[in-house]
Amino acid sequence: MSAEWPLWEVFVRARRGLSHVHVGSLHAPDAEMALRNARDVYTRRNEGVSIWVVPSERITASSPEEKDAFFDPAADKVYRHPTFYEVPAEVKHL
Amino acid sequence: MAGTDEQEAAFYAIVDSDGRIEPRDAMPEAYRKTLIRQMAQHAHSEIIGMQPEGNWISRAPSLRRKAILLAKVQDEAGHGLYLYAAAETLGVSRDHLLELLHTHQQKYSSIFNYPTLTWADVGAIGWLVDGAAITNQVPLTRCSYGPYARAMVRICKEESFHQRQGFEALLTLTRGSARQKAMAQDALDRWWYPSLAMFGPPDRESTHSDQSMRWGIKRFGNDELRQRFVDMTAPQADVLGLTIPDPDLRWNDERGHYDFTQPDFDELFRVISGDGPCNRQRMEHRVAAHTEGAWVREAAAAYAAKRAKRAEAAA
Repeated sequence: MSAEWPLWEVFVRARRGLSHVHVGSLHAPDAEMALRNARDVYTRRNEGVSIWVVPSERITASSPEEKDAFFDPAADKVYRHPTFYEVPAEVKHL
Repeated sequence: MAGTDEQEAAFYAIVDSDGRIEPRDAMPEAYRKTLIRQMAQHAHSEIIGMQPEGNWISRAPSLRRKAILLAKVQDEAGHGLYLYAAAETLGVSRDHLLELLHTHQQKYSSIFNYPTLTWADVGAIGWLVDGAAITNQVPLTRCSYGPYARAMVRICKEESFHQRQGFEALLTLTRGSARQKAMAQDALDRWWYPSLAMFGPPDRESTHSDQSMRWGIKRFGNDELRQRFVDMTAPQADVLGLTIPDPDLRWNDERGHYDFTQPDFDELFRVISGDGPCNRQRMEHRVAAHTEGAWVREAAAAYAAKRAKRAEAAA
């Protein structure tokens, strides 16, 4: 048997109050070993208080080729931003 | 990727505006190949680099030094993993890259083919070899390929500890007995020129430099980085009270840099092509570690498969 261990994506929460952020990937035979390996590879200097590991093949990503069409719907809706609205200068707390 | 003109224009628009290329972006095939080779060879260097220092773990002079050296060698393994993972984002497998290393189809840094004869060599590696590596690597944190740049940010943060612990180990020796100081000087004498050679051949002979600059993979020429390293290191040698083995090394007021003797590039090419003091030993050890560890990888995979099957049956 020479099959390579599956690839896992690693997400680390740096501190309480922050969300998990992608930090890289690694190989491991199962989820438990992926967590242990992630601890050794990505948090040797107290970089995290919590780790998620996700099999890389289970991630669905948007395609960069469709980037423009995919994100276009948001491009012409400037009225979703507060700066779109004109308010007299003397109005406070708005 | 057989890029259309439009894709190529989009690629260069990102690179030229100092943006980052991400794994699934369209990119010229030659860019992809160059990056895979460079990241793989960089990763190979990190894991081969564990050997010369690993040689001294069991003989470190104190528990403090031993704990430091263990942490450093573990970091090198981690650096190798960050870089293999970055290379894998371009669609190659780590097993394939290791196969290329083991069959001599890809290389690693020439510096790790030199032996670590005394404890002072561990200090010299941290100070000089890691110092040269940092000089080379800091610009790579702004490399145009996102995953490579991000891996380099992590690596550079950790290398800083490597260099300082090496300098401190040498400083301890130079403040010790005459024999200890002589040992430190001997290590500097042997590691100085191989460290200078780590920056590669002079720019006029460097084959890939122009293209890598165009792609934002390389930011500075070999000669400029070598000069930067000498300028940083020469004053540090003074603090150690050691003499850099170069009678022509002196500050040039006009240039604002140190003048120095270039390393022997014929030696560099000999070592790269396989004829250094430890090439065979390094590769034999690497292949043996991989081969002898196969049963562990297989057992872990079999255990995972068994548990998955049981979980499936119970569901």
